[in-house]
Amino acid sequence: MTAFSPLSFQDIILALHRFWSAQGCVILQPYDVEVGAGTLHPGTVLRALGPKPWRAAYVQPSRRPSDGRYGENPNRLRHFHQYQVILKPNPPDMQALYLASLAAVGIDPTLHDIRFVEDDWENPTVGAWGLGWEVWCDGMEVSQYTYFQQVGGLDVSPVSGELTYGLERLALYVQGVDNVYDLAFNHPQSPDFKTYGDVFLENERQFSTFELEIADVAVLKRQFEDMERAVPAILGQTGRQGQALVLPAYDHVLKASHLFNLMDARGAIAVAERQSYIGRIRDLCKACARAWVVLEEAAG
Amino acid sequence: MPQFLLELFSEEIPARMQDGAARDLERLAREGLARADLAFETLKTFAGSRRLTLVVDGLATVQADRVDERKGPRIGAPEAALAGFLRSAGVAREALTQRDGVYWAVTHRAGEPVAEILAALTESIVARFPWPKSMTWGSGALRWVRPLQSILCVFDRLIIPVIVPGVPVGDLSEGHRFMGSRRPFKARDFDQYSQALAANFVILDVAERKRLILDGANALCAGRGLELVEDAGLLDEVAGMVEWPTPILGDMDPRFLELPPEVIRTSMRTHQRYFAVRNAGGGLAPHFLCVANIQTADGGALIAAGNARVLSARLDDARFFWEEDSKLPLEARLEKLKGVTFHAELGSMYQRVERIEALARVIAPSVGAHPDLAARAARLAKADLGTGMVGEFPELQGVMGGYYAAAQTEPVAVFEAVRDHYKPQGPGDFVPAAPVSIALALADKFDSLAGFFSIGQAPTGSGDPFALRRAALGVIRIIMENGLRLSIDDLIGQTAFASASGVMTELSAFFVNRLKVLLRDKGKRHELVDAVFALGDDDLVRVVARIDALTAFLATEDGANLLAGYKRASNILAAEAKKGALPVGESSRTAAPPEESALFEALASARPSIDTALAAEDFAGAMIALAGLRATVDAFFEKVLVNADDPEVRANRLRLLAWVRSEMGKVADFALVSG
Repeated sequence: MTAFSPLSFQDIILALHRFWSAQGCVILQPYDVEVGAGTLHPGTVLRALGPKPWRAAYVQPSRRPSDGRYGENPNRLRHFHQYQVILKPNPPDMQALYLASLAAVGIDPTLHDIRFVEDDWENPTVGAWGLGWEVWCDGMEVSQYTYFQQVGGLDVSPVSGELTYGLERLALYVQGVDNVYDLAFNHPQSPDFKTYGDVFLENERQFSTFELEIADVAVLKRQFEDMERAVPAILGQTGRQGQALVLPAYDHVLKASHLFNLMDARGAIAVAERQSYIGRIRDLCKACARAWVVLEEAAG
Repeated sequence: MPQFLLELFSEEIPARMQDGAARDLERLAREGLARADLAFETLKTFAGSRRLTLVVDGLATVQADRVDERKGPRIGAPEAALAGFLRSAGVAREALTQRDGVYWAVTHRAGEPVAEILAALTESIVARFPWPKSMTWGSGALRWVRPLQSILCVFDRLIIPVIVPGVPVGDLSEGHRFMGSRRPFKARDFDQYSQALAANFVILDVAERKRLILDGANALCAGRGLELVEDAGLLDEVAGMVEWPTPILGDMDPRFLELPPEVIRTSMRTHQRYFAVRNAGGGLAPHFLCVANIQTADGGALIAAGNARVLSARLDDARFFWEEDSKLPLEARLEKLKGVTFHAELGSMYQRVERIEALARVIAPSVGAHPDLAARAARLAKADLGTGMVGEFPELQGVMGGYYAAAQTEPVAVFEAVRDHYKPQGPGDFVPAAPVSIALALADKFDSLAGFFSIGQAPTGSGDPFALRRAALGVIRIIMENGLRLSIDDLIGQTAFASASGVMTELSAFFVNRLKVLLRDKGKRHELVDAVFALGDDDLVRVVARIDALTAFLATEDGANLLAGYKRASNILAAEAKKGALPVGESSRTAAPPEESALFEALASARPSIDTALAAEDFAGAMIALAGLRATVDAFFEKVLVNADDPEVRANRLRLLAWVRSEMGKVADFALVSG
């Protein structure tokens, strides 16, 4: 591997891990419940709440069933990877750190046009919003950069800075490739070279068909309602140390959210119903957020 | 003379907020300096993506001494009142002066150092800056649009000690993020500051940035025989996104030119903030112009290539939608609209299509359109809301429907109507002129106007969430610019909501108000507009013709004098009406005095001329007939005493005056016109 050859998909992840680890982040593993965005990992949504400092970085596979294209679109995936960083409180030089992380994956800011373009982020299903930017590299959105202001409907203090790198897009850029399935997953000179397509194309094909055409709407609806009942029931219980069972309850919020996304992909959510479903998930999330803050403040 | 320089250096400020921020900074500074009675020579503000800057020249170093005079109780007022005044004014009794029978507390205050005043002013500006949206960061409580990184604050070449929690204050600033020294620089006055910025690749003045963008872009285009498609809104935005504007001309794969030009331009503009480029023939050229924030060693080659790739990906997506959308006929999308709520109380988008279809069919004959074609166009009008392209680019609704309708070989009149039925969307927008387009555009607007009025969602002073004012103005422009002879009330009556309570009267009144506003904006006199509307006509073309004729008439000497005669007749009638009921019936011809008989003859001959002219909508002719009355009306008032002793004579003269009033009243309500 020469110094100038672009990083493979997995080398980008490793470079980011090394970079953010050196900044004091705990390197977490992907959360093992299906989520639509890396933010939803409890390591971000819950940890952004309450008074305790927290720095974490992790890769999160994210599922957006309605973006399924049966593996036929070179730019759109129903299952993709976000690299997520949360720094709480955000350090004053967070923008500089972020730019240094781009340099670490091979984007030289003196050769490219890097811009912070207004983008006010919000995620209505978890009652979260913040101000920040899309970060553009030569016109390509490579990251989302947000200062959280509310999570779970609650004002946050201290404020977390959140970075979300779209790993596939970043890799397309770094490797100069036009088709996501042609990305080098590991290094081209490695003993068993694999492309992104070798690893994930079949997943896209099978899951697109399943999620867009096969998934049983009646079952999904029933499961959604089960989750909806489960969240308050779990929150009503206490653990051995007397605490509310926020983490298990939050897992059920995530499941409800994914079930909603699946129903949506099946075209089973009328436009008029959409807001009400999102509101139902948000209410569940808010209940978890409130309970989590109580725990954190008691512990602090 | 001493100078004050303030720079608020932050992370990237949204482009759309920068102009307002520069104005707010200027206003807050001017107000603060005025409150402190500080004079200055010039005051300027600048806004860019990372900084707001204020420079005030020609200040004093010490505020002038101030004398405050406070008025107290009158001399001889109760002791308690005086004591209270002394307490609140904080002066001793001996210090009071007397003037005009009143006590005055006069206090002399030594002027403060201007640096201290500016420090307080800066702290207050930072604390209450009116950003449209602001945030907190880190562990602090300070609010700014994005994290505030540092403040440069110097007066008369000295740092002013300002305290803003968590933000360093001094004489340091920074230039471009990636060009120049990339290190903080020191500035103690505006000259040093602007030189350091220029040396570190920052153009402070937005007007200068815009000029550089346009000049650079035009030069690049001209060099390749191309022409920039200018776009003022985009230029404003782009100029707020760069500190060192560097236009770059990039190439687009020509195969994308098969896509509708609206799609290409929208994709370029909304997603990428690129300008489109025309070739000599006026068609879109396979290029784009982006404005980078950096000059690179390779002359922008990597940047151009990267942007071209992003645009290709975007347009690939657009082509995917175009091809997918074209696979199904538009009608097939209607099913989807059954699941799309137009408004909770107004049913689904599909139900709206059915209403518009019925309405367009009814309106069609009165605007010269074939009812079947109008109904067909209405059926397809909203189908593009179910397409992928409009899902991606909502602003292309209508436009895409037009393309898809044309592709499935609908008649020209139909696809044009689908394309144009949202128009006009603003004062400068195109107004549909083809009959089927007109029928559909009117049906679309009347359905939403009557619908929202029927559920009590008429616009209020503060809000118009369904853009009903725009819809009504659209209707008015379509009618006026096409000279359509339609009754607004009939059109409202043909909607599905005509029988809902209040719709007819309220919506009708809403139209009258919109037209009044429009006409006033065009410089018509308020009272003439009111005088014509008082007749209750709802044919807009006729109303406006009448206003125009009336305006011309009143500008003549005859018109002005006749108006005076009308006023006089009205005043007399009003005064007499107070004494008892006015005589009814027609006046009769009298032999004497000659002025009375002359007025009778004049009215008798004017009446048929006025009626004939009005029937023919010849308002100028009606005004000429009225003008013929002027001399006899003047002579009548000159020579004839209305309030004669003989009650019969008096009654006849009052009847004549009433006749003058009623003949004139056929043209306009002159009572509403001031003389």
